[in-house]
Amino acid sequence: MGVTREKVNSPLEDLFDVVERWPGGGLVIAPLEKLLAWGTKSSLWPLTFGLACCAIEMMATFASRFDMDRFGVVMMPSPRRTDVMIIAGTVTVKMAPRIRRLYEQMPHPKYVIAMGSCAISGDHYRHVYSVVPGVDRVIPVDVYVPGCPPSPEALMEGIMALQKKIMQETERKK
Amino acid sequence: MSLPQDLIQAFGVEVNDQGIPYVPKDRLPDLARALKEKGFRFFVFVTAVDYREYLELVYLIRNLDTLEEAFFKVKIQDGETVPTLSTLYEGANWHEREVYDLFGVTFEGHPDLRRILLPEDWEGHPLRKDYPMDTPHPPYR
Amino acid sequence: MATRTLEFTFDEMRVNMGPQHPSTHGVFRGVLVLEGEEIKDLIPHIGYLHRGVEKLAEHLSYVQDVPIMARNDYLGPVHNELVMAHAVEKLANIQVPERAQYLRVMASELHRIASHLVWTGTFLLDMGGALGGGSTMFLYLFQARESIMDLYEEWTGARFHPNLVQIGGVRFDLPAGFDRKVKEALQTVRNTVNEVREMVEGNPVFEQRTRGVGVLSPELAQSIGCSGPVLRASGVAYDVRKAFPYDAYDKMDFEIVTATAGDVRARYEVRINEIFQAAHIVEQALEGLPEGPIGAKPPVKAPVAVKAPKGEVYFRVESARGELGAYLVSDGSHKPYRLKLRSPSFSNLQAIQHLVRGHKVADVVVILGSLDPVFGDVDR
Repeated sequence: MGVTREKVNSPLEDLFDVVERWPGGGLVIAPLEKLLAWGTKSSLWPLTFGLACCAIEMMATFASRFDMDRFGVVMMPSPRRTDVMIIAGTVTVKMAPRIRRLYEQMPHPKYVIAMGSCAISGDHYRHVYSVVPGVDRVIPVDVYVPGCPPSPEALMEGIMALQKKIMQETERKK
Repeated sequence: MSLPQDLIQAFGVEVNDQGIPYVPKDRLPDLARALKEKGFRFFVFVTAVDYREYLELVYLIRNLDTLEEAFFKVKIQDGETVPTLSTLYEGANWHEREVYDLFGVTFEGHPDLRRILLPEDWEGHPLRKDYPMDTPHPPYR
Repeated sequence: MATRTLEFTFDEMRVNMGPQHPSTHGVFRGVLVLEGEEIKDLIPHIGYLHRGVEKLAEHLSYVQDVPIMARNDYLGPVHNELVMAHAVEKLANIQVPERAQYLRVMASELHRIASHLVWTGTFLLDMGGALGGGSTMFLYLFQARESIMDLYEEWTGARFHPNLVQIGGVRFDLPAGFDRKVKEALQTVRNTVNEVREMVEGNPVFEQRTRGVGVLSPELAQSIGCSGPVLRASGVAYDVRKAFPYDAYDKMDFEIVTATAGDVRARYEVRINEIFQAAHIVEQALEGLPEGPIGAKPPVKAPVAVKAPKGEVYFRVESARGELGAYLVSDGSHKPYRLKLRSPSFSNLQAIQHLVRGHKVADVVVILGSLDPVFGDVDR
């Protein structure tokens, strides 16, 4: 018959349980959560939330040299249509309630990337009266990207780590 | 960096041994008006320095045609109020609000004296020497 | 047929342009008081990035303060480091060697070009919309900026916050073959900016949105304390590099770029022309670079190494936004007693309340962009 099972190394093998290739088409079988996670990780839409210097490196990551659009990442201004919030910059006491409110406005499933040392721990400002030492005092964080500022390659690795985490969440649910 | 000589005599300004003029605070608006008429129209900054027993307000205004600078100070005690310059120089508006926010100095006649850099309900004035830098602020720090 | 006249009365409506907004260039909150589509007033709220840098500076030594100041005006970090280092050098009477002065000039002008490229990219992005056509210019200009970032990465190891200036000189010397790379990078920048100008100037939408919008008179600009391109676009020829020259600027040949209209279009032209002037200064600095040491003292190893005598000083440099000044009071130890940063964006941003009255809502974004605020500089 026309069914051939070839052992081909492709990302599909990593993602799905059963992959069959036929001339003119194919078949994949996977649990629904994995398919949904595949969809989520391939089109993560971040909220444009640059606070300080890391925002400029974030803009450079989304520019044409380190193009993030090939990962499916497109910047969105409104929190109602985004999946991930990239906190880029220092979080101050005046800004913290607004961050909390924006996080609560995002629909599930939602993720947070803390970009830069200021968002991770407050960096050298952590002892100052008006700085929150780390954004994880305000919202739960999934991926921490260190650096001051992190280079665009580092932010790309952070987003790829988030993608891996999203796929691994389906493993843990089993 | 000092004041023009004729203004020093006219407004009772004392010059200390480093050459820095100290203006009595009630002559401040008249001095500013005279400076503006002389061509000192570029407002650079106003700030304060806390010397523990007293506070000093520091003013710098520049004349862009001759590039001369008018640099003078006003010495006040804790709790005293100072007349505002925001009716003469628009730039003084936000600078005086910042001095009120960070040092607690009240400016009489200011149209809108409220906190500018810190949240409205903050207590205390951080740049004073008796305010510790890492003051906790639950629930955030 | 009888005619009736209907009378409408509008109540004022308040719209919040919140701290999270794609076009506010950072964390700025403006409450617009609208009557229909026309703006009656704008109430600005700032302070969402107040990091207490002036208080932090009192707890750290002079040597530690210099790289921390770089994070204030994050589009041109070298200018902040420079003003802090210069203030300490003036107070402690430290002489900077000539080679270091030329290198500082080169670094300053390269960062001025990078800052103006970011400004132009985000300004045109705001006018066009993020996912619409506006992102074309943004991508072209950021690609040009990448060539400058590559230069910095080769020179100092960091793309962005270079930690280049130290008290007494510069920390890193130029690597071999650097002048060829600088010339190539400047040529790329010039080509890209000329391409962008061809595409943008003459576009009728751009003309209508920028000519006659947000006119700032020179008297109001001086009274507020606006400096930099905002002041020069209103006709006042004041540039700190010519008025109070520092480093090697008195040996450089450049002009002060001014315009007379005082509107958004004039500020755009001033900044574009400043890019070409800055490229010219970089080439002059490269040609005239003398041999010699790059630091006045041996490399600083301990944070307590620099002590300044008792006194006070005010030093000013020309950053990409205007006059950036540091007022430093010292009590004789290795830490400052009081450091006040006179930031240009804080004074420039005050003009927003006066400029938007009578305009429409769509003009707020354009006017705010043309003032070029950087909120690390505004809030410190």
